[in-house]
Amino acid sequence: MLQAYVPLVLLFALAGAFALFSVAAAPYIGPRRYNKAKLDAYECGIEPSPQPIVGGGRMPVAYYLTAMLFILFDIEMVFLYPFAVSANALGMFGLVEIALFVATVGFAYAYVWRRGGLDWN
Amino acid sequence: MSGFFSQAQQLQAPDVAYQAVLPMLLVLGAACVSVLFEAFLPRERRWGWQVALTVVTLAGAAISLIVYGNDAPKAGVKTFSDVLTIDRPTLFLWGTLLLLAFGAVLLIADRSVEPGGAFVAQAAIRPGTLQDRVQAAKVGMQTEVFPLTLFALGGMMVFCAANDLLTMFVALEVLSLPLYLMAGLARRRRLLSQEAAVKYFLLGAFASAFFLYGIALLYGYAGSVKLADIATAAAGTNRSDTLLFAGMGLLVVGLLFKASVGPFHTWTPDVYQGSPTPVTAFMAACTKVAAFGGILRVLMGAFASTNWEWRGVLWGVAIASMAIGAVLGLTQTDVKRMIAYSSVAHAGFLLVGSIALTSKGVSGTLFYLLAYGLTTVATFGIVSLVRDADGEASHLSQWAGLAKRSPIVAGVFTFLLLALAGIPLTSGFVGKFVVFSAALQSGMAPLVVVALVFSAVAAFFYLRVIVLMYFSEPAADGPTVTVPGAFTTMAITIGALATLVLGVFPSFALDWAGAGGFTF
Repeated sequence: MLQAYVPLVLLFALAGAFALFSVAAAPYIGPRRYNKAKLDAYECGIEPSPQPIVGGGRMPVAYYLTAMLFILFDIEMVFLYPFAVSANALGMFGLVEIALFVATVGFAYAYVWRRGGLDWN
Repeated sequence: MSGFFSQAQQLQAPDVAYQAVLPMLLVLGAACVSVLFEAFLPRERRWGWQVALTVVTLAGAAISLIVYGNDAPKAGVKTFSDVLTIDRPTLFLWGTLLLLAFGAVLLIADRSVEPGGAFVAQAAIRPGTLQDRVQAAKVGMQTEVFPLTLFALGGMMVFCAANDLLTMFVALEVLSLPLYLMAGLARRRRLLSQEAAVKYFLLGAFASAFFLYGIALLYGYAGSVKLADIATAAAGTNRSDTLLFAGMGLLVVGLLFKASVGPFHTWTPDVYQGSPTPVTAFMAACTKVAAFGGILRVLMGAFASTNWEWRGVLWGVAIASMAIGAVLGLTQTDVKRMIAYSSVAHAGFLLVGSIALTSKGVSGTLFYLLAYGLTTVATFGIVSLVRDADGEASHLSQWAGLAKRSPIVAGVFTFLLLALAGIPLTSGFVGKFVVFSAALQSGMAPLVVVALVFSAVAAFFYLRVIVLMYFSEPAADGPTVTVPGAFTTMAITIGALATLVLGVFPSFALDWAGAGGFTF
């Protein structure tokens, strides 16, 4: 029964080996050209410190809106996948339900769009 | 790969009793339409459309509720794969919620008491900045409060009907999130309002976590989140009760928080004081109804068979709540905070009825919720009328001698306070009477004696306000009483009349409340 997991374990081993190989090999074969961006934390948003003197370290609220929109559509996807798997079993009822669900998400999207949530400035 | 697919059960489309859930669908559907109004209507037309939509929705939902209620099966209907139960208590709670929400929406829509309405135009502008001073001179208001109200109301309706704990949790979030926002929308004293919103949000998120953890433990115990399955598991097994009672404790803490039962009440005074008064009215009346609807259903549905284990704890909670509300209410100098502590004391009385676990207890608690909610909406309507240059004059010293300035407002407020104190010929008296007699029949005589003592203590601080209004000289630069517009007048009239009618002829409402029990 556990044999079903052998491909998974192999994949993990392969991924681990690739990561180790990349890290170990990079200093020997890669060029070294440093700049400021390379020393920043990777994909972690705005640098939390030092805080700018003007504005007291506040960040644009547009980030927050974008993050909320991302969650909105992320959750929509999470529900669409199980629906797609069971679409036949659920039949017409399921189709209408999922259409209503997408419409509801659409309302929220229309609200954000019309009220300027998609304009960065 | 086929192994994984064969494990998945084939889903079946649930049966939906559309006529039974129509009031709920109408409210939630209108909330979506209301969002579209916000998106596509020009700014100056929004208020009118939103008010019309909200009022028509509430009326339509009430009519569909009455039509369905007239020939609804007495045993109740389970629908949406049994996650919702539309039984007699659900119908009564829905009716109560719709009526109270109507009163609160009238207060929310009023633009005459506070020019432009009690809500700020752009809540995101930082208080005290130049833009804020520019905005303060304008009369626009944030009309998002209408869709938020409808969503909160829809959440409350699902919450009272939920027959399984996960549905209940989702409904809890749907009703809570709009309320957190609405608490922060006050036009005046915006920092206080925003503080209230943040406090409510943080403590509410904490309570939601308790609730969810409780669900997880109960699922571990019963292998199901359905109330009926938990009841079956609790009645018929010899497995350890640790998970059951730990789960129940956490779950009930989450519920008691929403109902602002002491000692889980700490958010109540700050949030009641900081929120715009119409929102406080909505929150105080409707949230209490929804939360106690949930408490009744959970206690009766899932835990009735083990009540000899936990009832003592809730005795203690009820006594603590009554004591905190009555004693700390005495020390308050702000009218809204005083009513907040009064609501904590009332939550204690409601809990006394809820833990009677009999059909009398259920019907008594339901009636109490209706009576208390209507009185509360009218009370906050009056609070919004007494104003000075800075907005509402909510400090008690400013209410001195109010009867000389405005005998009618002082008279109505006196009547409402007497109802909150539970004086005969008001709905408050009938409510307390039915709740306490149900508790007596259920063998909780000592608790009823304690409750009577605390209602006498609580009566003192209501009477103090009455004495202050009638027997003190008004201050020279005291507040003025605004002449209310049609909306606020209507809300106060409905609340005050209902307080009188339910106090003098309570039998029809008692019949409705006692028309049938819960179905699980």
